[in-house]
Amino acid sequence: MSRHTLSVLVENTPGVLARVSSLFSRRGFNIDSLAVGPTESSEVSRMTIVVNVEDLPLEQVTKQLNKLVNVIKIVELDPAMAVERELMLVKVRADIETRSHILETVQLFRAKVVDVSSDAVTIEATGSVDKLEALLRVLEPFGVKELVQSGMVAIGRGARSISDRSPRTVDPT
Amino acid sequence: MTEQLTGAQSLIRSLEFAGVDTVFGIPGGAVLPAYDPLMDSAQVRHILVRHEQAAGHAAEGYATATGKVGVCMATSGPGATNLVTPLADAYMDSVPLVAITGQVPSYYIGTDAFQEADIRGITMPITKHSFLVTDPADIPRAVAEAFHIAGTGRPGPVLVDVTKDALQAQTTFNWPEVLDLAGYHPVTKPHSKQVREAAAMIVAARQPVLYVGGGVIKAGAHRELLELAALTGIPVVTTLMARGAFPDSHPQHLGMPGMHGTVAAVAALQKSDLLIALGSRFDDRVTGQIDSFAPYAQIIHADIDPAEIGKLRHADVPIVGDAREVIAELVLAIKAEHEAGHHGDIGGWWKQLEDWLEVYPLGYAPAPDGELSPQYAIERLGAIAGPEAIYTAGVGQHQMWASQFIKYENPRTWLNSGGAGTMGYAIPAAMGAKVGRPDATVWAIDGDGCFQMTNQELATCSVNDIPIKVALINNGTLGMVRQWQTLFYNERYSETDLGSKNIPDFMKLADAYGCEGIRVTSPDEVDSAIEKAMSINDKSVVVEFVVHQDAMVWPMVAAGTSNDDILAARDAAPLWDRED
Repeated sequence: MSRHTLSVLVENTPGVLARVSSLFSRRGFNIDSLAVGPTESSEVSRMTIVVNVEDLPLEQVTKQLNKLVNVIKIVELDPAMAVERELMLVKVRADIETRSHILETVQLFRAKVVDVSSDAVTIEATGSVDKLEALLRVLEPFGVKELVQSGMVAIGRGARSISDRSPRTVDPT
Repeated sequence: MTEQLTGAQSLIRSLEFAGVDTVFGIPGGAVLPAYDPLMDSAQVRHILVRHEQAAGHAAEGYATATGKVGVCMATSGPGATNLVTPLADAYMDSVPLVAITGQVPSYYIGTDAFQEADIRGITMPITKHSFLVTDPADIPRAVAEAFHIAGTGRPGPVLVDVTKDALQAQTTFNWPEVLDLAGYHPVTKPHSKQVREAAAMIVAARQPVLYVGGGVIKAGAHRELLELAALTGIPVVTTLMARGAFPDSHPQHLGMPGMHGTVAAVAALQKSDLLIALGSRFDDRVTGQIDSFAPYAQIIHADIDPAEIGKLRHADVPIVGDAREVIAELVLAIKAEHEAGHHGDIGGWWKQLEDWLEVYPLGYAPAPDGELSPQYAIERLGAIAGPEAIYTAGVGQHQMWASQFIKYENPRTWLNSGGAGTMGYAIPAAMGAKVGRPDATVWAIDGDGCFQMTNQELATCSVNDIPIKVALINNGTLGMVRQWQTLFYNERYSETDLGSKNIPDFMKLADAYGCEGIRVTSPDEVDSAIEKAMSINDKSVVVEFVVHQDAMVWPMVAAGTSNDDILAARDAAPLWDRED
């Protein structure tokens, strides 16, 4: 199995997220993460879907997604040629003795403290999956009270935009 | 000045602009506004059915018999959920269908209002696309797009759910002349490089087979197929969905492949060195256990749906395109190969194929003394009604026998539920086919189990002057399930005996529905009963063939096993290498 990041441009219409998730569930594809949001065009939304599949099922995922009438374009992003980010908010137990250690960790990871109370701090961090996992490993000994993470969003490096790139379509010809 | 009209009037006018002449449906609360202007439409004939499931299957029958988009209509909630089965059926068999459903007023959506069901959500996995229309101004575009999507590319069902308030509100009517769907561009023209590559493989192959699926019929490619077959001399197999795509009388036709296919067709696929798959999808009922399917064959796979290519079997040459265009281009490319002196040599292959055809013809065991064999009844029906008639079937043994023992010569004359396997398809589909092709004789070949699921539509046929003919193959049991119980469950017949040789009295039932009833119990009555049915054209006819219970469908590849393990009859495995 290998991880693949798909950027999917979809029409900004009601029900399109349901169509995509229904497709994944019906065809038995597993999603690692899915993030959806607006784009530079009000008529188009962009989904970033991370799937963990072999190449052949990935081809099926792409082909089936392409069959959805509301799906406009699918591009697979090469991790080496893309910026991939997730957002994490984590609430860590912190008393007077541990707080300074935690703040030091936050600085090391270039994260931010967004809320402080007498026995906890809430940290905001963005970054690659690896970076967030590393941060979490360091924070765990202090006691993680609550954790929330976004799906991954990704964008290709360089001057070309997704609308210039050739789609990961399917036409095998 | 633009004319003001209601959303309901806009909907009916949209159907008229889409070219609709027939709608099968049932009114109800939420869709009621649409039924008022429907009454005044000179173009659209509405046929009031007895159950929405039948509206859907009738629309499928209409679509499959004519090649046009079928239309059904229902109200919200249970009306709409009764369409779920035919929508799923149409999705599996790529039938172009538009289903119009009424929905509760938009301000009630999500409140569990009376007769509310999220039919768009429910049908998402079984429709090609769907619309929920809450603004009356969107009605013409939604309808136009629905018909475009349903009928182009790989056909399929599209749902248009319209809220009651959208139907009631005032609006204006603007029919979109140009449709621009950002994410919908079906590829119909094949890539010439792929076609040339395929042609080179075809003339080089020693044991090629044309593996023809329903896409050939949908694309109207039967003439091109005939030309391709004549040009190359390659044997043809037609799947359950493709019966009629290639004449059964043609000497190159090996019959149907698959679980109940002919030994020659199944063996040809298994021993082939090149499968030319045209509009077929390597369904499990054709391939058997996929890992051992056609192990020596390279694959040319042409389909209009790119997702079918490589889904189950790697394609050495993938071709995305409409079957008619693909085959026409293949013919040209092969002619070019011939001109360059490249001719296939498949003489040895034909010697082998002819041997299989001769040694393992389709056949059946005679019925016990004094009883009637179902295969004989169906075989005679095909011989007497002939290849110009349209045949529909339910699902089970009678369906398989109808696919085996009726000889099809023309496309769109064999209508059945292949992918979904929906019992109860035959009667409403026959009704829809008869409406679409009023000059054709339409026979529904049905089992006693299937018939009891949808026979209420005989009332619709009688009331609306839609005379169909029913060959009711009554063995008193759910025959195909019983066959599996015989073979795989130690003859323990759990819940398959319907008792329908006694109850209901099908002759009284036929009479009650205004149909002619004819009961046949012995072989010598078969021909005269069919001939009598053929002579009655002013009402529907139910010919009940009371047949023996233990008849089985052969050949058979048991589910999940390899095609190599096909049994020509019980305990009769073919000897593949007889000559060795």
